[in-house]
Amino acid sequence: MSISRRDFLLSTLKIAAASALPLSAFKILSPAEARAAIEATSVRWGFLVDTYKCVGCGFCVKACKLENEVPYDAPVTRTWVERYLILKDGRMVADTPLGGRDGFTKLEIQEEIVEPKDVSKAFFVPKLCNQCENPPCVQVCPVGATYQTADGVVLVDRTWCIGCGYCIMACPYGVRFFHPVYKVAEKCTFCYHRINKGMKTACVGACPFGARQIGNLKDPNDPVTKTIMTERVAVLKDEYGTKPQVYYIGLDENVR
Amino acid sequence: MTEAWSYPEALWTVKDLFVYPNEYIYWSVQIVMYPLMTGLVAGAFVLSSLYHVFGLKDLKDMAKFSLVFSFALLLVAPMPLMFHLQQPLRGMEVFFTPHFTSAISAFGIVFFSYSIVVATEIWFVYRKFFVEQAIALKGKEGLGNSLKQKLYSLLTLGAYDISEKALHKDEKAVKILAGIGIPVACFLHGYAGFIFGSVKANALWMTPLMPVIFIMSAIVSGIALCMLTYIVIMEWKKFRIKTSRKSWDVTAAEVGGAEVDLIRKTSRYLIGFMIAAITLEILDLVFRGYTAVKSWEILRSVIYGKDFVDIFILQYGFGNLLPFIMLVLPGLTIRRTAIALVLVIFGVFMMRWNVVIGGQAFSLSFAGYMHYKLPFIPENIETYKEGFFGALTIGLMPFALFWVINKFIPSLKYHK
Repeated sequence: MSISRRDFLLSTLKIAAASALPLSAFKILSPAEARAAIEATSVRWGFLVDTYKCVGCGFCVKACKLENEVPYDAPVTRTWVERYLILKDGRMVADTPLGGRDGFTKLEIQEEIVEPKDVSKAFFVPKLCNQCENPPCVQVCPVGATYQTADGVVLVDRTWCIGCGYCIMACPYGVRFFHPVYKVAEKCTFCYHRINKGMKTACVGACPFGARQIGNLKDPNDPVTKTIMTERVAVLKDEYGTKPQVYYIGLDENVR
Repeated sequence: MTEAWSYPEALWTVKDLFVYPNEYIYWSVQIVMYPLMTGLVAGAFVLSSLYHVFGLKDLKDMAKFSLVFSFALLLVAPMPLMFHLQQPLRGMEVFFTPHFTSAISAFGIVFFSYSIVVATEIWFVYRKFFVEQAIALKGKEGLGNSLKQKLYSLLTLGAYDISEKALHKDEKAVKILAGIGIPVACFLHGYAGFIFGSVKANALWMTPLMPVIFIMSAIVSGIALCMLTYIVIMEWKKFRIKTSRKSWDVTAAEVGGAEVDLIRKTSRYLIGFMIAAITLEILDLVFRGYTAVKSWEILRSVIYGKDFVDIFILQYGFGNLLPFIMLVLPGLTIRRTAIALVLVIFGVFMMRWNVVIGGQAFSLSFAGYMHYKLPFIPENIETYKEGFFGALTIGLMPFALFWVINKFIPSLKYHK
């Protein structure tokens, strides 16, 4: 059988046109969508921080580093605590030495000694990944190495990350960094390996004052959900449209 | 945990005031080199297309050279990324599993389609030459000649027809490819601008003008580099004609005359694109100051304070204003042009620097600063790759590649 080039091209075109309509009935699902369609999850992890309860002891940072194998003395951390001082002259000074790992034991802040009498108000703010509903870090990953699980936690595939750092640039909260050993993007996972087994995160477990809580936002009876639904809470930097899922009680306007 | 760890970013980042613990200058000099190199590719290609598509005859000699030079630059364009990646061996994943919501994932598609366009265009431009060489070298003695003959006959891809009609078809193909190439080249660089412009977390980068600014400055840098390389090569040719004892088919004065003529003509296009680039950059700056949103306070302190010398003295002063005056003043000489061109390329480099490094000069807290110390002496592989010598390696690579390519695809001729 012989076929001229013209006929070949023509019939190819016809086949393409004829198959376009039925094929358009199919929808291409991303792996996450496919999974969500099969097993609709009843869990959405969320976090609640009560800044009134935080004393800046740094136990959460210590626990996190040990639990998640981020080298103890490396200058990066999955979670950290910030200290804010609002001075009587209206200035704001803040710091987070070693991410607050060893607590805040010095009066020195931003290379100046602040006397307690000059302080108008002061407080600590623990920070961690906001596990955004609309995570910009996932959006910008060029290879899909970072992804959002069905229950809302953003994870990194260490075997697939190329280490370009685009996700680090895209996060408005500065929670991402390169793992000092594995040399791939690293971030807070809400201790995904623990919460999946019914345990609390390492930081929640280590906090002596109950300043940190984790809960299922889809469960109306969860204490965290109840607090978020009934009390006045705030989130960090909502102007970026990321829909962060770490809620704060007593968040001050000075918090960055 | 007792495993060995390192954090090279901490070596070149100096923090000041309140900065989050994980913030460092993650995108350092190689990410400055990356848009610089892709910009040069796009610029060189656009310069060659000005002749092929728009028929600007005064650029004829420049067109061939800048096309081949663009190809050499193109091969180097992904190298800064490879130097930068923490996992360079996984770099291929961008081609295999592109995640299309990311601007970087477009790299694979844009890079390959652009490579195909440039390579195909070069093939059509040089097909006649390949055929002639393949025929001329046939049956000649020596391993070198036989290898060369094999290479050229391979390069012909079996198309030996160099009749008037066939060559006319080639010309038509070149014109079409050059026409396709312009938007693709602009896209190649526009998307590099998009990589930065779309980062909403970064107050300095986020502007829809970024891709356009990048395209304009890309064309400026590409034209400038092509002109400069052309001048250097022509001066070298003149020098050789003057000093060698064997007789040449042209005189030094003839080469020089053609050179001045071409440089003067090309510089007019350079000036035009420079005006477009600067206008957009100033518009961006004015707009930021006028709207003065939340981030402006810290941006202003960076732009008019910490980075004042880098931005206003080095970039706008020495990189834009001074060469602009030098090029506009009447009686343009080769030497004055060469100095102006070096300054223009330096200015574009500083623009990339001020975007990439300047964008990381302030903390996401808007209450602190980060200063970048470019590693000079390479103490380990990281400080080489992300340091002065790493950047220098990338900067010299296209010239080395061009030297090799030019051995087989000669792109420099001079008028008699």
